[in-house]
Amino acid sequence: MSSLSMTVNGKSVSSDITPRTLLVEYIREHLGLTGTHVGCDTSQCGACVVHVDGVAVKSCTILAIQAADADVTTIEGISDGDELHPMQEAFRNNHGLQCGYCTPGMVMSAIDLVNRNPNPTETEIREGLEGNICRCTGYHNIVKSVAEAAQNMGG
Amino acid sequence: MPDGVNTGIGASVKRVEDYRFLTGQGTYTDDINRPGQTYAYILRSPHAHARIKGIDLAAAKAADGVVAIFTGEDMQVGSLPCGWLIHSRDGSPMHEPAHPPLAQGKVRCIGDQVAIIIAESLEQAKNASELIDVDYDVLPAVVDMVGAAAGGTLVHDDIGTNVAYDWIIGEEGDVDTALAASAHVTEIDIVNNRLIPNAMEPRAAIGDFDRATGEFTLYTTTQNPHVIRLLMGAFVLSIPEHKLRIVAPDVGGGFGSKIFHYAEEAIVTWAAGKLARPIKWTAERTESFMTDAQGRDHITHAKLGMDENGKFTAFKVETKANMGAYLSTFATSVPTYLYATLLAGCYTTPVIFANVKAIFTNTVPVDAYRGAGRPEATYLVERIVNKAAKEMGLDPVEIRTRNFIPADAFPYQTPVALEYDSGDFMATLKSAQEKHDIANFPARRAAAEARGKKLGIGYSTYLEACGIAPSAVAGALGARAGLYESAEVRVHPTGSVTIFTGTHSHGQGHETTFAQLVSERLGIGLENIEISHGDTNKIQFGMGTYGSRSLAVGGEALVKALDKIETKAKKIAAHILEASVEDLEFKDGNFTVAGTDKSMAFGEVALAAYVPHNYPIDEIEPGLDEQAFYDPANFTFPGGCHICEVEIDPETGTVDVVRFTAVDDVGRVINPMIVAGQVHGGVAQGIGQALMEGAIYDDDGQLLNGSFIDYCMPRADNVPSFDVGHETTLCTHNSLGVKGCGEVGAIGSPPAVINAVLDALEDFGVEDISMPATSAKVWQAIQDAKA
Repeated sequence: MSSLSMTVNGKSVSSDITPRTLLVEYIREHLGLTGTHVGCDTSQCGACVVHVDGVAVKSCTILAIQAADADVTTIEGISDGDELHPMQEAFRNNHGLQCGYCTPGMVMSAIDLVNRNPNPTETEIREGLEGNICRCTGYHNIVKSVAEAAQNMGG
Repeated sequence: MPDGVNTGIGASVKRVEDYRFLTGQGTYTDDINRPGQTYAYILRSPHAHARIKGIDLAAAKAADGVVAIFTGEDMQVGSLPCGWLIHSRDGSPMHEPAHPPLAQGKVRCIGDQVAIIIAESLEQAKNASELIDVDYDVLPAVVDMVGAAAGGTLVHDDIGTNVAYDWIIGEEGDVDTALAASAHVTEIDIVNNRLIPNAMEPRAAIGDFDRATGEFTLYTTTQNPHVIRLLMGAFVLSIPEHKLRIVAPDVGGGFGSKIFHYAEEAIVTWAAGKLARPIKWTAERTESFMTDAQGRDHITHAKLGMDENGKFTAFKVETKANMGAYLSTFATSVPTYLYATLLAGCYTTPVIFANVKAIFTNTVPVDAYRGAGRPEATYLVERIVNKAAKEMGLDPVEIRTRNFIPADAFPYQTPVALEYDSGDFMATLKSAQEKHDIANFPARRAAAEARGKKLGIGYSTYLEACGIAPSAVAGALGARAGLYESAEVRVHPTGSVTIFTGTHSHGQGHETTFAQLVSERLGIGLENIEISHGDTNKIQFGMGTYGSRSLAVGGEALVKALDKIETKAKKIAAHILEASVEDLEFKDGNFTVAGTDKSMAFGEVALAAYVPHNYPIDEIEPGLDEQAFYDPANFTFPGGCHICEVEIDPETGTVDVVRFTAVDDVGRVINPMIVAGQVHGGVAQGIGQALMEGAIYDDDGQLLNGSFIDYCMPRADNVPSFDVGHETTLCTHNSLGVKGCGEVGAIGSPPAVINAVLDALEDFGVEDISMPATSAKVWQAIQDAKA
């Protein structure tokens, strides 16, 4: 067992875990934050994307101990009380989600995309979300959502 | 409308369910944990065909954390049933070999279940599974459908053939005569590629058993919890309905793949009973690739006869449909009643004959995937129509319009059983052409040419049958279940409402669309309406969601229940207002005595129903809670026109979909935003089928592309934004006039894409290309045509 401390959604957490625990397992199973999803086993689908020190990371692809002492943000940590983050609001406005399973990872990736590129073109949005698979929406409304959110995030 | 905001029919209301999904508070099956829960790992066959000579569990049973291990020897239960009986042309019933949840001495495809290992943690279960020694006698695998049909190695020794059934529809003699008399006959050989549905949420199941009550609970990723209760309870495990609860919580996409009753559901439920502890199983993505029922996989030869004007005279179709290793729940209906009955498409072809042979192979079972049979029919019809146009020297649009069923010909009886109730194919065609800016296609093509690219355009004018289905018709055709739907409207004492529907939402937005129907009817706000679905202990009954049936069948059941609510509420209001029922008007949530200012709000009537102090108690019972079942009179028939424009780089073979227009007739639209979203998603899956996706098995039955690294899923940069529109004719046999929109995108789009690819490649002399038209395949086709 290894002892682990990190900040998750602004709260300090610490646990003893087996060293091979993936970050996504730690988030889902140990912390009970089930908004972060697992959609594949090959780092392809992006359903598990969280932010580690402000950068999008596929949490199925790093060990929890690699995020020791880091500041981790999950889908549960981005709204301000009942007020949705502009990216969440834009997904709601534009019907950017259907079954909701890829949505947390998609939203976390999209926030990172807009943080890096405040005024993305449609092509840049599509290429930027290439690491997140959605089977429901055909991406049309996701792209619209991200473009709208970019405007509202001050781009 | 409440608060002046339109929340009724036709409004693009933002979805009620989105808040929980966007904040990470959805509850999917794997998010659920039960007290004392154990974890299961399923040991699967690495071979496509093998005899199990022995299984040594000793080391695994002694491993850390292991609670129990069961094999087929331990689990002697019923066979996983097939829900649709097809008869062969000689009148004999189809072959239905046993489909045991845990293998009984033989495995017949990769991924077949061999043992379940249950441990205190998933890690321990997986570790223990590696200590199990299975002694396999590996047998030759039958993978190719054509070879399998010819005999040789048998997937199921006991039935003596690999042909599950040999089924026909139509009069072969009439069709042969008409073909012989035709001015021209176009022939085509076509493959509909096997797809892997890949809902983003992998399947999961938690079995639970309460010793105190003797009740089993199964939490599972299903589109139809009551169907699972019936199939698993009655046929596999012999658990009566009142002791079996199925919960389908939030489900992350289905596309058909979560209709079926899967082995894992039965295994964890059965094992939970043995251990009296909850057992959770969650598929890894690779397991999904190996065990979710796959889609399509047809090989077809067809002949289309025409007169000298290109008017269709006869259509003859010979199809082999892959069943995989076992008959999945609805597999047998897909290439028959959901496929061959659609071969008229939107055309007046007077005689049609189809022969379908369903073939067992040592591959993963095949069953309904978004569209189920109708994409296969549409692809065949729309490809052969294009080929026929070319051979007749006609424009592809011209040959279509010459053969369209005219808008004034409805109801229209096809030669393959269906009677279409409404449609206007010319209207959807014209509208799509306008939206697509067809007039400027030549200029766009010239511009592409100047850049060294080839631009091509492809059409698909289609019709499909959904809103499944009239029970009597389905029953006559072999369905072993009814296909009605149920709804309950429970008005609470203060006037808020809970709707219980037997349909299930796994992305379709029922919590919004159904609430809009209620808001429109009762004049109450969405915040006072709750839609409940997915739990057999809450919902009266239901057949679930598939075949674009939720609104056309489930929505109509809801309307009938609302009718009953209004009728009863009027009697209560009439009593209190001292008026006659006939004089009452119900509008915007108020019962008003016509021509007076005497009125009562819906909420006041609800309270009176539950606090019946001044109440017509001699005439009606207290309470305001009504239920209805609705069985449709016919299928519904959405149709439309999809136009695809692709740009091909001849140097690399890369195909870009640069413009895609879909104008669909889905009947009345309740929520345009949601309908557009359904079309977008379906079209993306259709583009995936046409250009990217396809399961590849080697000769040993190994699935070579069983992961997202190897199987090409459409991603954001593979598809364009879509131009979606509607031309509406109303369904004539339901009161809402709705048809269904869930599958039109996946049904209409693949032939539009391939017709566009072939149009772009015409200059090179390429005449055929199979799906998926990958860049490698397109490049090779160009080289072969040049050679």
